[in-house]
Amino acid sequence: MVQRGSCLQEENKTAQFEAIALPLFGAAYNLARWLVGDDQDAEDVVQEAYLRAFRFFGGYRGGDSRSWLLTIVRNTCYTWLQQNRSRELTDPIEDKLDEVESSTENPETLLLQTLDAQRVRQALEELPIEFREVLIMREMEDLSYKQISTIADLPVGTVMSRLARGRKRLRELLVSRMSKETLN
Amino acid sequence: MICQEAHRLIHPYLDGELDLVRSLEVEAHLKDCQTCAQGYNELRGLHSAVSDTALRFEPPAALRNRIRSAVRNESETANRSSRVSWRWLIPAVSGAVLLIVALSLIALLNRPSTSDLMAQEIVSSHVRSLMEKHLTDVPSSDRHTVKPWFDGRLDFSPPVKDLAAAGFSLVGGRLDYIGNRPVAALVYQHQQHYINVFVWPSTGASDVSEKALVRQGYNLISWTNAGMNYWAVSDLNLAELREFVQLLQNDRAAVKF
Repeated sequence: MVQRGSCLQEENKTAQFEAIALPLFGAAYNLARWLVGDDQDAEDVVQEAYLRAFRFFGGYRGGDSRSWLLTIVRNTCYTWLQQNRSRELTDPIEDKLDEVESSTENPETLLLQTLDAQRVRQALEELPIEFREVLIMREMEDLSYKQISTIADLPVGTVMSRLARGRKRLRELLVSRMSKETLN
Repeated sequence: MICQEAHRLIHPYLDGELDLVRSLEVEAHLKDCQTCAQGYNELRGLHSAVSDTALRFEPPAALRNRIRSAVRNESETANRSSRVSWRWLIPAVSGAVLLIVALSLIALLNRPSTSDLMAQEIVSSHVRSLMEKHLTDVPSSDRHTVKPWFDGRLDFSPPVKDLAAAGFSLVGGRLDYIGNRPVAALVYQHQQHYINVFVWPSTGASDVSEKALVRQGYNLISWTNAGMNYWAVSDLNLAELREFVQLLQNDRAAVKF
């Protein structure tokens, strides 16, 4: 009885986990791929993250499953980066708002029509990971500030300022690339 | 709304994180301020550029299955480790019980039987009795002296026979202690050999025919007759001891002699 009980419980748990976590597989992979920067590494990290998530699944008490799973994915990415790409994790950036407030002074116009995916991809890859991750979560995964703050373990205000600064940096990167191209 | 505030709020406005009142305020400002409106349009453009599905990394199809089987594997491992105790508990306990039973049985089988223990005691008493001045308490060849001597010393009266005519002369009687009780020891002699006959009332009702044993080079014959246990022990050979026992058991012989 006990044996069958625990067996059923385990099967149940696996089925529940799959029902909740597998639909988030695309978001998990996308975030991991943008953070670790390599297909194979991203696959390994996502698999590791899913195994971790499965082990922690007993502690999952319902609620926002995306935040829950992506938190684990992000943490797994950072663990992997610390072990393999510690250079990428520079000193924490300072989160200040004044940088954003002076953003009006960029007179150069971003030619939106010239923004092709390849250019944007390269610019995003150049962004420091702190900005890159909030942009990926916000723009690609359509996560709220609250969700991003949960996943990245940041105050909501910091999420907001990082997004603003990230967008500004991204814009600058794109503008400078385009002006270089124009010069060439 | 001034432009500085609009710049601060433009991102949460774009991201739909503002409440309705603030949203309307930003909207109104964007209608009035050309610069801010342009900045907002750029942000929107950037937003749609980054959220372009072409920028998403799509996981390889095989990864999904890999993860699925990894999780199932993990689940089975967890299941196995949680089940292992139960799966093996019954055989393990059964095994342990069987082992205990087996060991107990071996111990029981190896344990000297009651009869063995008795034989050991009989031999020890016999040997001790042969030591200096231990043989008899009442040295007498007269059974009418020996038999009454036990009265008042034992709660039974051992039959004492005179078998001198057959070559087994009575030497005397002695109180002894066998099997946690006082017993009568009758001592006979055949040539140079002493025979101790231990007698005490039997607990069982039925008679038991003779059994011969050899312990430490001594021959022993035990039997139960008419409510009495008898153990005869001697360094005599078994044939002569048997003969002695036959004589002892044979009432006619007793009468005869």
